Amino acid sequence: MTPLPDTLAAEDADLVSAVDALVARHGSARGELLPLLQDLLADRGEISDLAVQVVADRLGIAPTEVQGVVTFYKFLGTGPRGRHMIRLCHTLSCVMAGARDVATTLETELAIPVGATTPDGAVTLEWANCIGMCATPPALLADAEAFGDLTPERVREIVAAVRAADVPG
Amino acid sequence: MIIRTPLTLASVHPDIGLRVALARTPADVVEQVTRSGIRGRGGAGFPTGLKWRLASEAPAPDGRRHVVCNADEGEPGTFKDRALLSVVPDLVVEGMTIAAWAIGATSGVVYLRGEYVYLRDELESCLARRRAAGLLGNDILGTPGFCFDIHIRLGSGAYVCGEETALLESLEGRRGEPRNRFPYPVVRGLYQAPTIVNNVETLAWVPAVLARGADWFLGIGTPGSSGPKLLSVSGDVARPGVYEFPFGVTVRAVLEASGGEDARAVVVGGASGVCVPASDFSRGISYEDLCTGGAIIVLGPHRDLLDVAENFLEFFVDESCGQCTPCRLGNPVLLEGVRSLKRGECGPERLGELRRLGHTMKDASKCGLGQSSPNFFLSLVDRFGPEISDRVPV
Repeated sequence: MTPLPDTLAAEDADLVSAVDALVARHGSARGELLPLLQDLLADRGEISDLAVQVVADRLGIAPTEVQGVVTFYKFLGTGPRGRHMIRLCHTLSCVMAGARDVATTLETELAIPVGATTPDGAVTLEWANCIGMCATPPALLADAEAFGDLTPERVREIVAAVRAADVPG
Repeated sequence: MIIRTPLTLASVHPDIGLRVALARTPADVVEQVTRSGIRGRGGAGFPTGLKWRLASEAPAPDGRRHVVCNADEGEPGTFKDRALLSVVPDLVVEGMTIAAWAIGATSGVVYLRGEYVYLRDELESCLARRRAAGLLGNDILGTPGFCFDIHIRLGSGAYVCGEETALLESLEGRRGEPRNRFPYPVVRGLYQAPTIVNNVETLAWVPAVLARGADWFLGIGTPGSSGPKLLSVSGDVARPGVYEFPFGVTVRAVLEASGGEDARAVVVGGASGVCVPASDFSRGISYEDLCTGGAIIVLGPHRDLLDVAENFLEFFVDESCGQCTPCRLGNPVLLEGVRSLKRGECGPERLGELRRLGHTMKDASKCGLGQSSPNFFLSLVDRFGPEISDRVPV
């Protein structure tokens, strides 16, 4: 197992104390790995390679184990991403109701393709598989909120609301 | 939330079922649930009473047993559990508490899909209310020694975690890769302890079964599929939403209620379900006929069924956990096959190979995901022959 380096840069020390605070809250049992990673992502906006190392160290497991979990779940994942996530459903009922047109509106509004993050780091736009909003398609998740019956106008309102709530980091 | 029919569950008085259960022995409660004939409402249809009995009889060396509520509702086209968690969360929690009494569990978990994170606060409030009312915690309702509490865990965007052993792996902090069976979770589940994993809707019906009696439940539905069933209806219908019907309801009756009479076909069971042609609309929805967790996606006259197959296979390629070969490699091959059919480039020999591949995946995949992902494609080949053969070059 790769030991953590003895000396860490100041911003890394900040990460370590963030992980330690989460370990204090959740405990260091392996079974707490998912809630810990979910909170870490919410707090820090990304799960960096060093974060994987630190979490592994504190839980006493191999970094590959943590990396395996981080990369398995779509809502986790390594590397930087936007401060806000817009996830547009592209499963059958939403596609039949015009999800592809909604995607075009979102791509125009955000000036990025699906799968990308706006240059200012505010929003990542992704496809999602069925989000259980099939009775009001097309639908998306904007962070923790679900929106259905999407129209171009509604999409523009949602993007504006997400941008208005954004605090540049 | 669009609920289109009155819900029986909305008229079930809270906590009567729990009081009835606590006045009986755990074995009596298992017996009552068994006699009601209730089966798993996530889609697999395992008899709930039998599951509980097996868990209650399995040795628990350290005295631990677990009740897990599967709220990882990820099957495309399904949203009735979201409705239940929004409208009758107390019944779901009460059902878990009755289950805990029946099998001797001390801890419970609600595994809520990450996509439903907005339901978490209300669920936490529900748990807090029940703790304050003595309905969770120590000596529940003054029953000495009956201690049971529940916590909520969030998923993180993985369809396969709705498979019960993948769900348990996830709860233990691992990748959601399904386990081998045997042993079944009722024998060795969460942290090796006997564990029952029940669907949200199954648990929600349990208090009603106890409060109104097994005979009441048996009197609804068909001989092999007792009780009412919630269906999630979407697609080309005038009135999409959640519907309650007795088991055995015909596809046609569902279409009439939801305004989809002109459908050319109906997907029963979501992406892992089958495509039902109009000539079969008199068939019933039940475990012995068209078996489903409740996803009904209606396809109007103008829909291309191969587009539907392509969408579902894209879904499975994305959601396969990759652990076993038939599913990991089979789904991309089926997807390419459907695309080649759409292009008119899939000859009869190739179509035969794809059909055999689908059956191999059903036989050889490790879990329900790979075992059911070829269903829709195979039902097209088997039941929509002319439609497919029109696109096969000779």
